[in-house]
Amino acid sequence: MGKMLEVQNLNVHYGSIHAIKDISLEVNEGEIVSLIGANGAGKTTTLHTITGIKKATSGSIKLYDQDLTAIEPHKIITLGMAHVPEGRHIFAEMTVEENLEMGAFWLKGKTNVSQEIEKVYERFPRLKERYRQPAGTLSGGEQQMLAIGRAIMSKPKIMLMDEPSMGLSPLLVREIFNIIQELNRSGMTILLVEQNAKMALSIAHRAYVLETGEIVMKGKAEDMLQDDNVRKAYLGA
Amino acid sequence: MDQVIMFLKQVINGVQVGSIYALVALGYTMVYGIVKLLNFAHGDFIMVGAYISLFAMTGAGMPIWLAAIIAVAGCALLGVLTEKIAYKPLRNSPKLSVLITAIAVSLLLENLFLLLFSSSPKPYPNAINFPSIDVGPIQVSGVTLMTILLSAVSMIALQLFVKKTRMGRAMRAVSEDAQAATLMGVSVNKTISLTFAIGSGLSAIAAVMYCSAYPMVEPYMGSMLGLKAFIAAVLGGIGIIPGAMLGGFVIGLIESLTKAYISSQLADAMVFGILIVVLLVKPAGIFGKNVGEKV
Repeated sequence: MGKMLEVQNLNVHYGSIHAIKDISLEVNEGEIVSLIGANGAGKTTTLHTITGIKKATSGSIKLYDQDLTAIEPHKIITLGMAHVPEGRHIFAEMTVEENLEMGAFWLKGKTNVSQEIEKVYERFPRLKERYRQPAGTLSGGEQQMLAIGRAIMSKPKIMLMDEPSMGLSPLLVREIFNIIQELNRSGMTILLVEQNAKMALSIAHRAYVLETGEIVMKGKAEDMLQDDNVRKAYLGA
Repeated sequence: MDQVIMFLKQVINGVQVGSIYALVALGYTMVYGIVKLLNFAHGDFIMVGAYISLFAMTGAGMPIWLAAIIAVAGCALLGVLTEKIAYKPLRNSPKLSVLITAIAVSLLLENLFLLLFSSSPKPYPNAINFPSIDVGPIQVSGVTLMTILLSAVSMIALQLFVKKTRMGRAMRAVSEDAQAATLMGVSVNKTISLTFAIGSGLSAIAAVMYCSAYPMVEPYMGSMLGLKAFIAAVLGGIGIIPGAMLGGFVIGLIESLTKAYISSQLADAMVFGILIVVLLVKPAGIFGKNVGEKV
């Protein structure tokens, strides 16, 4: 298991607000690593900084030894990193199929798009049923599947997922987490940001706990599930 | 019978001027769709396009089609440069600052051309030697025919580009959600440049068509034309491409029929009246959806 993504001493500011305070984390090949924490702890900011949407004040972000901080945000995907953003951010007025095609945008015909789309449909048959519908007409769960499918289309090695369970019913949450596990089993490395700590820890290999911009705990996910502090603060037990 | 012929003639006139408005409105609406900016200098791009094509024909002796191509290229470049120099630095500024900048660009272009070429109108050569055709008792002039045809072709091409091509899809993606488009690998800057280039290029086609019908070129010619096209874009639903086309034709028809049946002095008032009515009754325009702005 080689090191894939490595964040070192990252600091991020919003104006004078110090949102991310000197955090370091790493994701190894084949892992699901979960970043948990309360609302406003800086989870989304961390992901945004990794994919270049938000600029870091200092620190380094490396994907296979390549420094990401100096790369334009739209080129990140070409390095094999896909970001499934919080709130899904699908293109609501485009059809389901066009959304998937956008996932393969950077590949510029270097891939057989229709074949890749078929693979996504096999994974998510409900998307196939609705392939000509505007994506905005899909239900929340279907939109999340579309967002994940769109990310798969870009053929990433690592996927950053931001709150994939947000706003979904318990049944759908389970379904989405099953999908994430399946993806991982088929070889995808995943950095998962979640408020639903229990679910996140139950599928992750390792986890980091983020509190007001600082990493206050890290370790194996199964150990954290047993940890009294984590249980009190995040698992409601 | 005479009444009917007269009416049909006015309709054809309306479609002719309407297709020019539609071409210009497309530029407004595409730019608005992608950067949420009302480019009030867009009307003046028409004026620049008119001067470029005029000098290409009278100065360099080019045929009109070549002059038109040069004007399209020149305006596309002007649009891209304007965005890079004037609007891009303000991309994260309040909308009002950008709007004021757009008005400043408009004034700058008008006064620059005033200084360079004086305020006296220059005659535009009558270079479209397209034969007129008779449709029953109605004669349609070559210029009219050419204008309608060329606009229709431009609009169909644009629609195909936006709907069917990879770059067109990227353009729609940026217009809907620039951040998500970036995550997909779309360069927002390049897409914005492309949008300005296409929108401004269309205004050059409009310029050549307009000047062929009303053969005068002067520094302020773009402001009224631009305003009317802006109303057309708002009427159809700003940001929506088919809306701009429909809006252009509606404005052209209303203007032409008002001139014929009510009073030519009232035509402009009618058009601006429409703007007021649209803003009161359906501010999102004909094709616009009433979506609340996300906070």
